[in-house]
Amino acid sequence: MRFFEDIEIGQRRELGSFTFTAELIKRFAAQFDPQRFHLDEEEGRKSLFGGLAASGWHVGSVCMKLLVADGQRQAEEAAARGEKVAILGPSPGFRELRWIKPVLAGDTIHFASEIETKRSSETRPEWGIVQGRHTGINQRGELVYSLLATAFVPRRNGC
Amino acid sequence: MTLTFEDFPPGHFGTFGPHRVSREEILAFAAEFDPQPMHLDEEAASQSMLKGLSGSGWHLCSIMMRMMFDGFIGRTASLGSPGVNELRWLTPLRPGDDLMLDVEITEARVSRSRPSTGIVTFKCVIRNAAGQELCEMISPIIVERRPELALGQVG
Repeated sequence: MRFFEDIEIGQRRELGSFTFTAELIKRFAAQFDPQRFHLDEEEGRKSLFGGLAASGWHVGSVCMKLLVADGQRQAEEAAARGEKVAILGPSPGFRELRWIKPVLAGDTIHFASEIETKRSSETRPEWGIVQGRHTGINQRGELVYSLLATAFVPRRNGC
Repeated sequence: MTLTFEDFPPGHFGTFGPHRVSREEILAFAAEFDPQPMHLDEEAASQSMLKGLSGSGWHLCSIMMRMMFDGFIGRTASLGSPGVNELRWLTPLRPGDDLMLDVEITEARVSRSRPSTGIVTFKCVIRNAAGQELCEMISPIIVERRPELALGQVG
């Protein structure tokens, strides 16, 4: 994770890829979203999705997983350089979440994040507020997922 | 009976729950999808902005989906959702919370591109037992129309 001062609009991070296997899709769906097209191949084929499709909340949760892993890599790199490590704050929410195309069993999604806005927090001077657009692209190069997320990011001199 | 587009007029739809969330569930979800210290480690969490162990916001979203499924989506002719217009995390999810889901329909219209379906926009609010709002979501869901009504309009 970087400090607020180090973040620039337009900065992009490649977060890595994740393969949604049928087993993972069904396991998440059984717990959180047991709609028939998330649980059964045949039901998926008959649905608008055209195949066994991951729950949209599974896709969003995997994007979060890769964001956290990317933040940890950056923290380790900063620590290795002997720099102070920034710890990401909580998020007040998101807008414009789009499940653009289905994520089907066997699809590999590449996630990335790009900074769109940054501003100071009026109520919490030790924090800044950053908006980032997270996107997911499948193995055919099609945009399948997009989200405009907001997060508190610590200021270098704040903590 | 399966619920169709016609069963979702604008207005208050229903309140569902309670749904209890355990510490073990919070830790398991965080370990798999959101391993930040504020969701995994009691000591680190107490020093975070959220002041104590809290569930991942994505866990809360996933629980909200499950509460919607148990409440009505499981018996609705739902075709899925194109996305979420806005989601706000307002109060942290805590171990042992008993969650209630309140559902309102803000808009219901027939799809122009697929007239056998309608688009129902839901406003969902999750509250804890103390009545504090944990999150608020505005999201459309595509729902099939009753076949005889949809055909009648096409004819």
